[in-house]
Amino acid sequence: MKVGIVGIGHGKFGNRSDATVQELAFEPFKEAIEDTNNLRREDIEALIVGSVPEYHMQRSLPGVVAEYVGMNPKSTWLTEAACASGSAAIRTAYMAIKSGVHDIVAVIGVQKMRELSTEEILALMGRVGDVQWESIFGTTFPGYYALYANRHMYEFGTTKEQMALVAVKNHFYGSMNPYAFFQKQVTKEKVLGSDEVAFPVNVFDCCANADGAACVILTNEKHAKKFNDTPIWIEGIGSASSQMSLLRRPNLVEIPSAVEAAKQAYKQAGVKPSDISVADVHDCFTIAEIMAYENLGFCDRGKGGKFIEEKQSYIDGKTPVNVDGGLKAKGHPVGATGVSMTTEIVKQIRGEAGKRQVSDAEIGLTHNVGGIGQYTFVHILRR
Amino acid sequence: MPFKYFGKINFTPYTKVEKFSEYLHKGKLMGSKCKKCGETYFPPRADCLKCMDDKFEWVEYSGKGTLHSFTTIHAAPKGFEDIVPYTLGIVDLKEGGRLISWIGDIPQKEIKIGMSVKVVPRIFEEIPEIKLYYTIEKP
Repeated sequence: MKVGIVGIGHGKFGNRSDATVQELAFEPFKEAIEDTNNLRREDIEALIVGSVPEYHMQRSLPGVVAEYVGMNPKSTWLTEAACASGSAAIRTAYMAIKSGVHDIVAVIGVQKMRELSTEEILALMGRVGDVQWESIFGTTFPGYYALYANRHMYEFGTTKEQMALVAVKNHFYGSMNPYAFFQKQVTKEKVLGSDEVAFPVNVFDCCANADGAACVILTNEKHAKKFNDTPIWIEGIGSASSQMSLLRRPNLVEIPSAVEAAKQAYKQAGVKPSDISVADVHDCFTIAEIMAYENLGFCDRGKGGKFIEEKQSYIDGKTPVNVDGGLKAKGHPVGATGVSMTTEIVKQIRGEAGKRQVSDAEIGLTHNVGGIGQYTFVHILRR
Repeated sequence: MPFKYFGKINFTPYTKVEKFSEYLHKGKLMGSKCKKCGETYFPPRADCLKCMDDKFEWVEYSGKGTLHSFTTIHAAPKGFEDIVPYTLGIVDLKEGGRLISWIGDIPQKEIKIGMSVKVVPRIFEEIPEIKLYYTIEKP
């Protein structure tokens, strides 16, 4: 029996020093229930929270979220896979429904990152690399992606200009997204002229740490039509891992877990990369989006730079990518990101994306990468 | 020589490969070799990834290699602010395996992916406690 999405909700991403983490979680949860046809909160059997616990002062997040959104005494737990925690939670919900343990499950992806300083976050995230052999030299997240970027440039001739064009595109679409942290366009010159964080990665090549939450409600084929006239089905659900340490990876020009997860998802859904109408990919850094084009098969390996240069990932291009602004413009509340991507793809397939609508969007894809590629979840959604 | 002395900040004081730091203190860069199947590892592993055997011996690495990639860090994590900017390199070691470390004496403009380099065991001399590490230098 198929699993589909019958409700979506999205809170404002950004600097949310106005709210606690559970208050952030409440916003999209309420919106997702209201997005369904008459689903009552009591109908939801379990609440899965996608989040990375170490950013919060509050320990054991599902407890406080379940209480605040009014889910007690229903089942609740946390799913963690670094920056892919949101998609990992959706996968957990999919499995719970598919197995018959639960019929109706809510997933809240939530993160409040700005309780910590940038230096603390850099240290925390740097330790998503191997701490025994790598972090002791002061590795950082932008640093890891810079290592990918330099190697990609060396092997394929990718340029800083091409990386900057990813930022230009995503801020262009982000300027039309009311949920985005940054709603202003940027020029290529501005990106290239911004401060260097980790050569060749500039500040404007990086997504921003943000606070925010998003929610989806999932159910099986038996109940879906009752709660939504247009349920959006999860047709492919790929998941894979790569080595924690870059030192043990086969190469530094692709994310092996992304290649593998995409392969699984395409096979399950019975579709090809060229069938994808619209995609939300994990652009934590501009080079990450370039690698995503390649790893998902939107273009050949090494041709990701050219793909953006030719504007193939714009709405009028071959495969529109991150037309909600991506992590780049929306900000990256790590646990919320995968769920946010899913709400965007649901909106696109329903035809509710407004100014950012891709015409005749039928099949959509989310690509959510955890850590520096240790985990990737690729989901294919369809009307 | 406990493993806690390895690194500017050490996050893993206890490991089955703690002798690594003892060798490093003596100026030797060591990897591990599975006694059963002969697979070698750098960074060293106590347990073989291939055959899952848990008996290994130490093998010395020459430190020779080629630069696989690099970056210069300007925004440092907590505990590394005092040394910014610093350049990190990943080296493909001649005997197999890779390591990451600071690039030592090579001027920024001369750093090129694919160049030959050597890895040199070092001790932080600026600080009173023993802190072991290695740098990437010209061969």
